[in-house]
Amino acid sequence: MSKSIGLTVNGMLHEVAATSDTPLIYVLRNDLNLKGNRFGCGEGVCGCCTVLLDGHAVQSCSTPLAAAEGKTVTTIEGIGSDAAPHPLQQAFIEEQAGQCGYCLPGFIMGAVALLQRNPAPSDAEIATELDLHLCRCGAYDRIRRAIRRASQQMAETRERMA
Amino acid sequence: MTLPPSLANNRRLDRWVAIGPNGTLDVRTGKVEIGQGIVSALAQIAAEELDVDYARIRMIAADTVRSPNEGVTAGSTSTSQSGGALRQACAEVRLAFLEAAAQRLGANLDELTVRDGTISRRASNESLTYWELRDDVDLTREADGRASPKRPDQLTLVGKPLPRLDLPDKVMGKGVYVHDLDLPGMLHGRVVRPPSYRAEIETFDATKAQAMPGVRAVVRNGRFIGVVAGREEQAVAAAAVLAKSVTWREAADLPDVETMPEYLRALPSRTQVLSETGDMTHPSAGTVQAVYSRPFLAHASVGPPCAVARARDGTIEVWSQSQSIHPTRKDIAATLGIAPDAVVIHHVQGAGCYGHNGADDAALDAVLLAREVEGHPVRLQWSHEDNLSWSPYGPAMVVAMEGATDESGRIAAWRHELWSNPHIARPGLQDSPSLLAAWHIDPPFAQPPGIDALPGGKPASQRNALPLYNFVNQSVVHHVLDRLPIRTGTLRAIGAFLNTFAIECFMDELANSASLDPVELRLRHLSDARAIAVIKAARDRAGLHAGRVRDGSRGMGIGFARYSNEASYAAVVAEVEAGETIRVVRVVAAVDCGRAINPDGVANQVEGGVVQAMSFAMKEMVQFDRTRIASRSWDTYPILRFGEAPAVETIVIDRPDQPSLGVGEAAAGPTAAAIANAVFDALGVRVRDLPMTPDRVLAAIHRL
Repeated sequence: MSKSIGLTVNGMLHEVAATSDTPLIYVLRNDLNLKGNRFGCGEGVCGCCTVLLDGHAVQSCSTPLAAAEGKTVTTIEGIGSDAAPHPLQQAFIEEQAGQCGYCLPGFIMGAVALLQRNPAPSDAEIATELDLHLCRCGAYDRIRRAIRRASQQMAETRERMA
Repeated sequence: MTLPPSLANNRRLDRWVAIGPNGTLDVRTGKVEIGQGIVSALAQIAAEELDVDYARIRMIAADTVRSPNEGVTAGSTSTSQSGGALRQACAEVRLAFLEAAAQRLGANLDELTVRDGTISRRASNESLTYWELRDDVDLTREADGRASPKRPDQLTLVGKPLPRLDLPDKVMGKGVYVHDLDLPGMLHGRVVRPPSYRAEIETFDATKAQAMPGVRAVVRNGRFIGVVAGREEQAVAAAAVLAKSVTWREAADLPDVETMPEYLRALPSRTQVLSETGDMTHPSAGTVQAVYSRPFLAHASVGPPCAVARARDGTIEVWSQSQSIHPTRKDIAATLGIAPDAVVIHHVQGAGCYGHNGADDAALDAVLLAREVEGHPVRLQWSHEDNLSWSPYGPAMVVAMEGATDESGRIAAWRHELWSNPHIARPGLQDSPSLLAAWHIDPPFAQPPGIDALPGGKPASQRNALPLYNFVNQSVVHHVLDRLPIRTGTLRAIGAFLNTFAIECFMDELANSASLDPVELRLRHLSDARAIAVIKAARDRAGLHAGRVRDGSRGMGIGFARYSNEASYAAVVAEVEAGETIRVVRVVAAVDCGRAINPDGVANQVEGGVVQAMSFAMKEMVQFDRTRIASRSWDTYPILRFGEAPAVETIVIDRPDQPSLGVGEAAAGPTAAAIANAVFDALGVRVRDLPMTPDRVLAAIHRL
């Protein structure tokens, strides 16, 4: 068996006993019980397994565990809770954005990274920046509306805080 | 009154409703959540008839032990079937509690009211809750039809856009899918499929895989090959090594994908006349002919099929995303040669399901692996590649149309010829199991030929072949094909997708040939007021008027159908912008689904149906060479992307006094036709073979 590898996930330091080439998704889902990372294509091209690595959106199915060593990983479970959902999670519920819901955590994590880079994206920018993400149920327009709604709500919160 | 069919088949009230803990009610349905929001709509119906708050309803996922058996969750029938049954069952449960309260309080029924599960006597302060009365009411009684569900004017929850029950957990990333099950002692499995349908093993050597870290079992049974390992990545790695440890003998026995319409029309067929009325010996002058086709289409869910199974003490327990837990149980039992009772299936949600996909196959795969590691649950997940290349496809089909208009601007002749194989290949319906691995084990079960209609039902391929339009002279014919050399099954909207595409394109072609307004031509041949209403609603909202100004690059088109000629009405107007590519910039959809249980749920289904149909119509085609399926990745099977999806404006024409009608498949055919008609409006060219890719549009322009 491999040596254990340390990584910080959602603010907690974990030691994981897996080989360094293990795709991060299996460690997150099976060792750390973070099931919100949905396995989609396994090739990093559908967006379902998107997480943040030091704040940047990456696909956890095609990120080896070694690449996360010593870094900070944020998953859908780390951005909000039932009691205090992230504004994006709240907006997705308010817009009823989703059907089967399988793609949603990936979309939301992609959108977290997008809104950090660009707090007020246009509709075209939302679609372009999140072009990787596929939704087979066809909820794209609601997803777009949810991201716009969250962006506005986050801007209002920033104004209140300022 | 007579009971709704699904309740008549499952009469015991406790199959549907049970008093839950802490002021909740447990509601069961035989229908399953496949992403369409049905479970929330059914909860809304239950809350309405029980007179309790929506939040008190706990929807219990279906299983083969306790839940009502409602067959398959398919065909846009769940709201009418299960909704109809639950509506009556819940009304009866409410009446049972009212009668129990009346007895305790010595009151007459008409003195009592129910509000959020509390029964109150008007004249006094006395009240009792359902939960206080739980021991007074025996819900093992059978439904007897004595209670009446609410009248439309009494509805307080039905018709409201309540939020879906399942969405919060999904956006929080909770473990709601079968993929997320983590049972004690669980191992991980993967299957190595043959490279092509009829490939046979030449050499096989498991020694390398067996020696790999974590591997608990390598399974080979005929040409079914799989591996079980302790960790998921170990199963994936071992499967990759196994795949290299087997050589195959393959046959080049597939037809040419590029000439599929000609191939289908040349196959031996049996001709079935669906309608023959009037005089079809119309004058040949002014006759228009056109042939439409669609290729094989994949379900292409973003998540792969997955299942968990455990074999223990002679019984098999399965957790599956199947749409058909009872029929699938039957075929699993038949494959193993055991009694169906020895198999229990629990439904757990999967990624989006749009028809008969690999879900049932995965359930058998998991069982075959689990039997090798008795007592351990095995979580089996397909690869994305196998999901695209081994799941059943929506079949390729062809429709040839011929028609003519007369001097009065009416359609004087209408001929619709359809070429299609049977669409239905679901488990539990045929002599031999309809599960992939059953055909690969030794000795193999024969792959059953498929059927086109469920017992008592209408043929799936013929759906919407009969026009809703009134034509005096019409002929509708189905050239019934046998099974195709490509694996097929039901896909959203089944035969209605191409039949509607052909009818609605051809209406525009006839209108164009006679210089008539396409909308006016449709209205002229319709007598169904609800059909006319959706067409006018979509036309007016979209601004699809004969005299509209065109700018040379934009075009608009309409498509209409009543799904299955008995479910929801849908009219779709698409607006396209034709530049280097065709962009759909706006879609308006008007639907009439009778009483809309949840108007936002209806809109969500229509929006998704439009977007998926756009994807079918503009991008999708399963590719294969003479030996192998070539669509094995998102590069080789592209679907509609974020930036290509337009806003969809949905108009829901609510008819609270009419029965609720299924809506999930209603927009598919109309959307495809609306886009094709809009492309013609913009460019003057028509692409009749789907998908309408840029290359095909360009080729049509060059033919001008």
